[in-house]
Order: sequence, then structure tokens, then C-alpha cells
Amino acid sequence: MHLILFFLFAGFCLAGAINLLLQTHPINSALSLIVVMTSLAVLYLLLGAEFLAIAQIIVYAGAVMVLFTFVVMLLNAGREERTLGSRAAARVGFPAVVVLLAVLATIILRAQGLVSAHLGAGLTNDPNGSNLVVLSQVLFHELLLPFELTSVLILIAILGAVAIARADGSKVDGAERSAEK
Amino acid sequence: MSFLHHDVPLTWYLLLSAALFSLGVVGFLIKRNIITVFMSIELMLNAVNLSFVVFAYQWHEVKGQIFVFFVMMVAAAEAAVGLAIIIAVFRVRATLAVDRINLMKL
Repeated sequence: MHLILFFLFAGFCLAGAINLLLQTHPINSALSLIVVMTSLAVLYLLLGAEFLAIAQIIVYAGAVMVLFTFVVMLLNAGREERTLGSRAAARVGFPAVVVLLAVLATIILRAQGLVSAHLGAGLTNDPNGSNLVVLSQVLFHELLLPFELTSVLILIAILGAVAIARADGSKVDGAERSAEK
Repeated sequence: MSFLHHDVPLTWYLLLSAALFSLGVVGFLIKRNIITVFMSIELMLNAVNLSFVVFAYQWHEVKGQIFVFFVMMVAAAEAAVGLAIIIAVFRVRATLAVDRINLMKL
């Protein structure tokens, strides 16, 4: 069962990622990225990380991707144009990425002592404790300060996003000037 | 029916993570739309998160999963600020093509 689910959702992940590269319209790329993130949530579930699977769907496939599709529609982004830069990047980039993948695969395949993932096993094998209990005990006792600091980070990010994206007079003039050029 | 009870080696999960990361790098290099380039960065972050979860499973260590949680929070903040910057750049340049956004000066 684990094997079937792994192959199914790993296949979805790779297909979504490849589709992201092949599509020329940003909205299609955004939708394939949602497929990748949702499949990754299932893989987290297989590895016994229930909390992260739900957080992945809510934060990534929900909030972040809604933001992406919202911006794509707000800016009315069309098909991307093929330019000289993209051809040069493809010519140099593909061999470099193949080398990167080969190096990573070699390191992973040479690694000793990796166990096999067993369906239903998680961080704890205690029948009375769940992964969620273990995770929350560490997160809310030992790492409480970093956890609270992330809320400050999110607040600052929201304020920064509003401040950067706000339209003011001088920037609107700039847009008109570049449109005239 | 031994096929149904077969366990999956963690190596395969790590190889999937490496493949997703490489696809993210390819997207970062060949895509010419600034929003799609940003999506490729998110894909790379997700690939690294999968590695964290795999290693948390390998060593029964809960800190790996908590690290993924923090990476998610930082990625959400990064997406909000990054997309705001994209909106600001679009307002000034009226384009999303990275080849045409070649000056830091407004």
C-alpha cells in the first residue's frame, strides 16, 4: 500500500513540477504548483508527519498559492516571451543542473544506514502518545520563543508588503513615463 | 500479496526531493516571467522541506519537523513581501519579463 501511494504521489509531484516548467502561462504554472504541494502533503502523511501535512495544505496550497494566483490575475500576466536570455540560460543551465542532480543522487545512493519507511510508524512508537503530542511538547516548551518570534516576523512581513505595494503619486508617474517609452 | 506490505526505502524519498530541487533550479534558470521564477523558488523550498521530514523520520527526531514548520512560516512571509515587490516593479516598469527588468534604478 505504501509503495503504491508513494509511486502515485511521487509521480504527481514530478508531473506537476515538469508541467510548471513546460507551461508558458503563469496561471497554469500556479495550478501545477498546487498539485505538487498537495501531493507533498500526502507524502508527509506517509512519513508520519500529520501536522505538517495539514499545515502544508493550509499554508502552502491554500494561503501562498492564493496569493500567487491573485497577483497573476491582478497584474493580468500573459504568456511569457522567449528571448535571447532564456535560450542562453537553457544552454548553460541544463548541463549544470544535470551535474547537480548527479552529485545529489550519488551522495544519496552512497549514504549508509537509511531505514525503510513503514506505513503507520512515526516519531514515537508509544501507543498512548501521538506525533502531534510529541511535536507540540517541544514546540511550546523548548522552542516557545522562536515560535512567538515568527508571529512578529509575519506581522512585519504584512506591514512591509502593504508599505511596498501601496500606490503613491511618484510611482504612478514612473509607470506612465515607462509606458511612454 | 507481499507487494501491498512492501516498505519504501527512504533513499527514494531523498531522490524525489533532489529531483524536485533540480526541477526548481531549471525553472529558476529558464523561466522568463518573474512570477514563475518566484514559483520555482517555492518549489525548491518544498523539496528541501521533504528532505527535512525524511531525516526526521530516519532519526525519530521531532526537531526536523519543527524546522519544516518554521521554514513554512518564513516562506509565507517571503511570498507576501516578494509578491508586493513584484507589484511595485510592475507598477514602475509595466512588464513582468525579467530580461526587461535590468536596472535597479526606478
